[in-house]
Amino acid sequence: MKHKIYIVIGLAVAAIFSGCNQTTAYYWGEYEEQVYRMYAAPDQATAVAQLEVLELDLQKAAATDKPLAPGFRAHMGFLYYQLGRFDEARNAFETEKAEFPESGKMMDRFIQKLGRSNA
Amino acid sequence: MLKVIYRVILGSVVLSLAGCVTPPPKKDYTALRSMQPKSILVLPPLNQSIEENASYSYLSTVTKPLAEMGYYVYPVAVVDAFLKENGLPTPGEMHQISLDKIDQIIGPDAVLYLTVLNYGSKYQVLDSSTNVSARARLVDVKTGNELWSRTVTTVQSSSSGGGGIAEMLVAAAISQVINSSMDAGHGVSRTNNFRLFTESGQGLIYGHRNEKFGTDLN
Repeated sequence: MKHKIYIVIGLAVAAIFSGCNQTTAYYWGEYEEQVYRMYAAPDQATAVAQLEVLELDLQKAAATDKPLAPGFRAHMGFLYYQLGRFDEARNAFETEKAEFPESGKMMDRFIQKLGRSNA
Repeated sequence: MLKVIYRVILGSVVLSLAGCVTPPPKKDYTALRSMQPKSILVLPPLNQSIEENASYSYLSTVTKPLAEMGYYVYPVAVVDAFLKENGLPTPGEMHQISLDKIDQIIGPDAVLYLTVLNYGSKYQVLDSSTNVSARARLVDVKTGNELWSRTVTTVQSSSSGGGGIAEMLVAAAISQVINSSMDAGHGVSRTNNFRLFTESGQGLIYGHRNEKFGTDLN
């Protein structure tokens, strides 16, 4: 009996600590998991594999009323850049800047760099 | 399924730990309140633990609690790659960049310096415990003034408490599987960062993007 109570309370606390989606302001999807995998399993977390997951997240996010987490678009932009998909990279950096003007200086730097890569 | 079991155990442990600690006096938020940084650059942590991947495992669980508190958090992996590309291959070197330079190339209001003090699992016969500890220091990029600092340690034991010997053996087997990779430390890192930034009176005050911004300014 005592054990069962622990499980119920444990679940409730675990839900709070795992930051499940109901309680967050942003849509996070697999963003942080991809960051982790870049370092924990770099062979698997290629730019292509990450983008596959994150592009799916974009669709899921669109079905909610939550904005994408800060850094999400910029991270995608960086992956597009690595693959030489410069138009998509530019678009991602510009969207990050539009959603989060705080990122402006860094996004402008990346966009400028893309301009040179294209030339 | 394993994840669920792990969460139940983990949740129970967190709960049982939570009740028995006297909270320290509330932090002095004068500097943080007067500056009100909007954006935070998180540099890859220094690593003083024996787990060589601790720095980046820890880094990957920082953004969510920090951003949910209402701050803009620069994309951590992109920042890391950008600095590496510019001749700074390690967190140690990244922590040496002058604030002027950071201001000039990235432009955050504040920089978060992290040190992972401990990251690892200790195995016993029937259970194991995972310990993650980190120190954080938030600095005003324009003045170099410290805005906030804190050290937090989280220990999670995978022993189940009650139950017979068979149950305990099963629990031990499960925790061995889970703890056999970096993943145990990664999960505890997430809890540790959540506590580090969001615990009331010790963590950060709400940033401008949180709807509760300004409500905790007493």
